[in-house]
Amino acid sequence: MADKFNAESIITETQKRISNAFDVFDHECNKTVDVREIGTIIRSLGCFPSEAELHDIIAELEDEEPTGFVRYEKFLPTMTKILLERKFRPITEDLLLQAFKVLDQQKNGHLEPEELTKYLTQEGESFTQEEIDEMLSAAVDPDKNAILYKDFVSMMTFDDTR
Amino acid sequence: MGCGVTKSTQLQLKPCNRGNISVPAATAMRAALLIQRWYRQYVARLEMRRRCTWNIFQSIEYSGQQDHIKLYNFFGYLMDHFSSANSQRNLVSHMFGDSDLFLDMEWERHVCYKEIEVPDIYTGPHLFFPLTISNVTELVDAFKNKQKLHARYVLQLLGKTWTLLRLMPNISHVCTCKHKEITICGDLHGHLEDLLLIFYKNGFPSAETPYVFNGDFVDRGKESIEILLVLFAFLLLYPHDVHLNRGNHEDHIVNLRYGFTKEVLGKYQVHGKMILKLLQKIFSWLPLATVIDQKVLILHGGISDKTDLNVIAKLERHRFVSALRPLKRRGASARQKDAALEPDGDDELSAGRRRVQSLTHGTPLRFRPEFPRHSVHSESGRTGRSVEQELRERRRLAGLSLSSDSDPAQVLETDADEWKQIVDVLWSDPMSQNGCVPNEVRGGGCYWGPDVSQEVLDRHKLQLLIRSHECKQEGYEFCHNGRVLTIFSASNYYDVGSNRGAYIRLGPDLIPHFKQFQSSRSTRELTLRQSVGRTELSALQALRMQLFTHKSALIHEFQEYDPQCTGVISVKHWAAAVEKVLRLGLPWRVLRSQLVTSSTQDGQGTLDYHHWVNQLSVIQPSTEIANTSLLETLYKHHSNLESIFRMIDTDHSGLISFEEFRQTWKLLSSHLQMDISDKAISDLAESIDFNKDGSIDINEFMEAFRLVEHSRAETEAPPSPE
Repeated sequence: MADKFNAESIITETQKRISNAFDVFDHECNKTVDVREIGTIIRSLGCFPSEAELHDIIAELEDEEPTGFVRYEKFLPTMTKILLERKFRPITEDLLLQAFKVLDQQKNGHLEPEELTKYLTQEGESFTQEEIDEMLSAAVDPDKNAILYKDFVSMMTFDDTR
Repeated sequence: MGCGVTKSTQLQLKPCNRGNISVPAATAMRAALLIQRWYRQYVARLEMRRRCTWNIFQSIEYSGQQDHIKLYNFFGYLMDHFSSANSQRNLVSHMFGDSDLFLDMEWERHVCYKEIEVPDIYTGPHLFFPLTISNVTELVDAFKNKQKLHARYVLQLLGKTWTLLRLMPNISHVCTCKHKEITICGDLHGHLEDLLLIFYKNGFPSAETPYVFNGDFVDRGKESIEILLVLFAFLLLYPHDVHLNRGNHEDHIVNLRYGFTKEVLGKYQVHGKMILKLLQKIFSWLPLATVIDQKVLILHGGISDKTDLNVIAKLERHRFVSALRPLKRRGASARQKDAALEPDGDDELSAGRRRVQSLTHGTPLRFRPEFPRHSVHSESGRTGRSVEQELRERRRLAGLSLSSDSDPAQVLETDADEWKQIVDVLWSDPMSQNGCVPNEVRGGGCYWGPDVSQEVLDRHKLQLLIRSHECKQEGYEFCHNGRVLTIFSASNYYDVGSNRGAYIRLGPDLIPHFKQFQSSRSTRELTLRQSVGRTELSALQALRMQLFTHKSALIHEFQEYDPQCTGVISVKHWAAAVEKVLRLGLPWRVLRSQLVTSSTQDGQGTLDYHHWVNQLSVIQPSTEIANTSLLETLYKHHSNLESIFRMIDTDHSGLISFEEFRQTWKLLSSHLQMDISDKAISDLAESIDFNKDGSIDINEFMEAFRLVEHSRAETEAPPSPE
């Protein structure tokens, strides 16, 4: 019986979180958000979907006749499921560090901006120019003109835990 | 759909330029995917924080404006409740000095700049009239170099501006005439750097580059007077090509509160008050709107369902010196004393209105389900009156009724209508719902819906309304199906990195083209993360101040949830209590992580509320004021107090006497129905008189309320906003 109570309260808590996040972007207060903000909402709830996964979710959320908006009544069950099933779990600091290390063929402990740019704009789900510029501005050590990825990862993930 | 390639796989198949990459392809791709996935989540979280920060600033800003309107009600209360026999009457008449009774002719004599000498040691710019373009560019350069224009030239320039403005109609008509493009700028709010940036990108005003400046040139920013002087100088140079619309901040009462008065008095200690008095006249003579090619209407705030440009074109705009100041009346004592100045409706109505500014689409009005929804229908339902009557009743209660020699009823009617037209133009905001309701958040004007836009614009055969008045993250925003456009030109309005500014270029095709900008070199050097972080710190600090002012109420509310006095409550209750007290409509649970440190909260989701409240920022301890609860009350009302003080201080000396201080405080506290003993006030007044000369320096007094940042482990201390 205690379990049931906990399960229910967990669901309520989860739904409250979803509702709060949704509300931030519900500008017209009519329980809809622009479809372009769905990615931000989902990610801000602690999920790390890829762009492809995001596209699939959005396809599911949109109405048969896409209006450009997503309704809360559709969003809530989908998002609740995602959170309760712990889909798109966070990428840990270790995993992230490993990813950088893998790209650092020479094991220098750092990456050249050009190197990283090439990888991130040409592989996987490519970054836009804006995204790579933004990331480099935070990642590149201006004195060495290199990305000291270990420091970078620690710094960024420290921020995350605020 | 039978092509067999889903959206998912499409994204992943990108051609790869191997080049020097020697990492195995699959591994590189997986690593890249991971980093990209992680980074995008990070950015999304930042975006969420930024939106929340924005909402905080907005709600505090608008709740502050509500406060100001309550102040306005207070003035009405004063005028109502003190008969001539009462000694406090002197204070009231002292506050509402009758300087407007000066006839224009007398004013010309009064403003005699000729007697003011410019000393040889003055290194600032000199003005020679009639102005030339090189003289004006010199002036701009001088301001760029942080120089100050001598009071003599200021008065001379203002005098000529006033003369010119008196010749202008209420509504300016402009045409694009074949090839000309008109540039339209929104609120500047004392951000000289933004104006200079616009001139740099777009060129100075000239016959080939006409401009419309859509109000709110002053307040908040620190270089309001410089902006005015530059705009007026260009106006004098090119009177047919520079158009200035009045904004709600071109109003001396609003200036008392939002910094312009203080700025002028600070920069011009000898002639400041003369400059301010002259500006009062100039503001009242600023035109109210501009129309381009008879198709595009430009005005500062907005419209209402009653907006009629023909009425606006014909009224005497200079009579409305301030949208907020009760006009003189006779027979105050004859009026019904039972008219409560803060009808219980008022608090209900002004509660909980939060404005949320959209990034991507139309400006909405946020109605929280917990608070009463105020449509036109529910209003009349409750009071049996229409919106019109309701507004009229409020104005009457607040002392806006006029007295005159001619038929009072008739004059009252016309004047009230004209006043409403002006206030609507200067103070209204669009909303996404249809209809037109009083704008209680601002306390003046309306919220108007898309149906009203359509009706009013069609009625006047206009195609677009361009307005300002609201800060937009991108500097501009369309709403109402593209028929209303908001343009805002003060970048970094809330704090560095909060928003961009923008301006419009409009050619004969009347299609607006936007240019965005963001001033301050430091902004460009900050990464997204840093600028969000800074703005956030700022917003949180502002929020903590708000929380601090409501300390006692918060404790009281927390205790309601803690009947056994354990000292702890759940986070859920914490959030509910905070919202009940502050009524800002903010997502407290989301903000919790920023406002509650781990020391006050344990793993079970409960909070030690006494400790939390104590951790909020404290007042600078230098005031030696023992009575801290009184201080807390004072702090709560300090903005209003400052406004009142500056009004009392009619000679703008920066000092008010003990007696004045005491009387003001007594009046305010009786109006607010608080109980403060005479002794407490006297003690307080004495302790504030730092140099013991029997008078209180307003600035010193206000300094006492500057909050000190409680020591936290902040890694980034924002640099001073210079």
